[in-house]
Amino acid sequence: MDLFTCDVVIVGAGGAGLRAAIAAAEGNPQLRIALVSKVYPMRSHTVAAEGGAAAVTQAHDSLDAHFHDTVAGGDWLCDQDVVDDFVAHARDELVQMEHWGCPWSRRADGHVNVRAFGGMKIERTWFAADKTGFHMLHTLFQTSIKYPSIQRFDEHFCVDLLVDDGRAQGVLALDIASGKFRCIQAKAVIIATGGAGRVFRENTNGGIVTGDGMALAFRHGVPLRDMEFVQYHPTCMPGTGLLFTEACRGEGGFLLNKDGTRYLQDYGLGPATPEPRNKAMELGPRDRLSQAYWHEKQKGRTVTTRHGEVVHLDLRHLGEKKLRERLPQIYELALEYLGVDPAKEPIPVLPAVHYTMGGILADGHTASPLTGLYSVGECSSVGIHGANRLGSNSLTELLVFGKKAGEAAAALAARSAHADSSRLLQQAQAARAAAQALVLRHDGQERIATLRREMAQSMEEGCGIYRTEAALQACCNQLAELKQRYQRVQLDDHSSAWNTEWLLALELGYQLDVAEAMAHSALQRRESRGSHQRLDGFEQRDDVNFLHHSLAHYCGADAPRISHGPVTITRSPPGTRAYGAAGEQADAAAHHATEAPHA
Amino acid sequence: MPELLNAPPAVDFDVLRYRPEQDTEPVWQRFAVPFDEDMSVLQALQHIKDQDDGSLSFRWSCRMAICGSCGMMINGNPALSCKTFVRDLLPGPVRVEALNHFPIERDLVVSVDGFVQKLESIKPYLIPKEPRTLAQGEYLQTPAQMERYASFSACINCMLCYAACPQFGLNPDFTGPGVLALAHRYNADSRDGGQAKRMAVLNAEEGVWSCTAVGYCSEVCPKQVDPANAVNQNKMNSAKDYFLRFLSPASASGPGKGPP
Repeated sequence: MDLFTCDVVIVGAGGAGLRAAIAAAEGNPQLRIALVSKVYPMRSHTVAAEGGAAAVTQAHDSLDAHFHDTVAGGDWLCDQDVVDDFVAHARDELVQMEHWGCPWSRRADGHVNVRAFGGMKIERTWFAADKTGFHMLHTLFQTSIKYPSIQRFDEHFCVDLLVDDGRAQGVLALDIASGKFRCIQAKAVIIATGGAGRVFRENTNGGIVTGDGMALAFRHGVPLRDMEFVQYHPTCMPGTGLLFTEACRGEGGFLLNKDGTRYLQDYGLGPATPEPRNKAMELGPRDRLSQAYWHEKQKGRTVTTRHGEVVHLDLRHLGEKKLRERLPQIYELALEYLGVDPAKEPIPVLPAVHYTMGGILADGHTASPLTGLYSVGECSSVGIHGANRLGSNSLTELLVFGKKAGEAAAALAARSAHADSSRLLQQAQAARAAAQALVLRHDGQERIATLRREMAQSMEEGCGIYRTEAALQACCNQLAELKQRYQRVQLDDHSSAWNTEWLLALELGYQLDVAEAMAHSALQRRESRGSHQRLDGFEQRDDVNFLHHSLAHYCGADAPRISHGPVTITRSPPGTRAYGAAGEQADAAAHHATEAPHA
Repeated sequence: MPELLNAPPAVDFDVLRYRPEQDTEPVWQRFAVPFDEDMSVLQALQHIKDQDDGSLSFRWSCRMAICGSCGMMINGNPALSCKTFVRDLLPGPVRVEALNHFPIERDLVVSVDGFVQKLESIKPYLIPKEPRTLAQGEYLQTPAQMERYASFSACINCMLCYAACPQFGLNPDFTGPGVLALAHRYNADSRDGGQAKRMAVLNAEEGVWSCTAVGYCSEVCPKQVDPANAVNQNKMNSAKDYFLRFLSPASASGPGKGPP
């Protein structure tokens, strides 16, 4: 087997992996950095992010305000020390992107423009029209080309982590084009493989978003944290789940039920003012908006279509000119995919799975409990999103923490020596044999697509917007059965070169493990918080029993074990999470309380 | 979407297969796919892979025409399969092949390496005209200045323009429309001072002067990048660069063919 020796290996070349690679290369040009990705970097799912990236920018804004929006938005399950660090570094990272050429949308005076976003008190979201992720990804990829110490392994699929002597020491990668395996030995490993939204049926995610890195870390004993918190984005395309960015509402779009009513005013988000008002109505947080849709559906106030029950995203009043300037991709998607001209008709939308708040357990510097292993981006849980992520915090996250991960991994690599590679090669050979067994067998009966469909259906039924113990238990049971059936999976394709069915099979194995972590974590959380809402007697937040992180531990063929971890609360004790007029009153009261001692 | 009258129950797909471990040359294979009025060509291929033949290989990811993975020839035209709808190709059969002008690795998968090497060769990153620290904040750039390069920054690297370009078909070393558009994206950026460094590639035999201005690249572009326009502006820069070298050697930027 090929052995490639380097200092830092990064798995995943989306925004987080690229930012980490650049930080490692800039920090120490002597280091050799391997960047492994199952797709060419510019195909990574960062490309599909639309709305923008948050950082305090305006004079009347403050780090404190960004902190409080994020912590309350996460229903107080955020690690507040990490949130403080995050908001403090956000702006520098976005300016750095600008210096690298990112075409942020501008004001007439040439300064970067900002837009409103859900749950954010003040406009602080930097954007590049409605293709922010696309522009960030291409800027980072193209910038990474400057650094000769970054060696890319494009279209290499990560089959396993190599762990020896209690340290992460490399990865086993499959060169997709040839079917050959490469053992990549390193002194530090960064996982930056993105989320796992494809375990659900209706989702906004690209086909590659299959939780690979989460599952790999999990299988090697690193806990997955807060996996029950899965974000449903409220405005997605019926049938495909494709995303209509929150920026549609940031620019002033309305959500209407079948009677043409802005129904969000019935769910504690009003009053319904004609002009967008931050942290109110359509600019409420995603969990609340998706939950409101669910209630409208129960009340029969949604519109029935062949792709399910929908509400309407009404952008007509913004006019074609503004839509073409600010939301060109949304315009194109509605027109070409749905035949709807958003300047003339409302767009039918429904919630779809968008983002995994949880991920690989990491500290505020991206380090996992396994020495030498770091994680960053959606696959990681550094602790800033809590029970519900605010839109535009995740693009900033992959920059702020991508840089930290690259620097931390480079520092570790610089003070470490390579271990004996023969033991790693042995491990790699065993992992290769396990992966090859999937292709070589002829006695299986189960079809990948069938298992995948059943998994996704089961997750939607059990781990949807509202959850019950019965439905969660049924989901857990079904996942256990699917894991059994996965042992008997049968491929049509027995070849080596570009065997994408093989990749789908490996991905399905990852997905089943991640799905189990989600469902079992959700089953154990007997309260309602953020995106995790229970209907079976646990409708309230329970800070006495559940103000803690969930940790899912891998147990092989058995179900994961769930334990608890502490939440770091520094200066914002859990309070009432309110939006709209109620939120403004609560803010005023809190402000008054803070001011009082000085009066 | 209006209901289609007389919609067929199924549509035939003729897919060009090439499995290097089994086929000596590409072969056509027909699949019948149940018709659905919302179905994209990508979804039809996914149906085939899921239900009929798991060995059919093709690239895809985002499903929304932004990741650039799923370009292929559909009824003889380069297109993204995720935004090409079967309803527009009735009654079929729909003919699906790998992108023209690229080596086929397998089935609908072509080699991307050559394209990426070209992309890397033109220094596709900002080479600042004036350095700036983070503490100084962002460079100022007015919307009008952005407009000069905005369309060229929208390229998703889907390579449809290469499959459309007759010159690239004749000469695989031609830098080609997408990469030339990217070079222009940086050259035209008011923050950038790297044009001289990029001109060596653009002036070369395989640079802008290989283009014969057919313009089919811009027609097939799914993102309105208009690479033909970028190449044309590059030709003006290249010609200017060529003539300047007679006036002031210091400002010329390396060897090259210059205008014919």
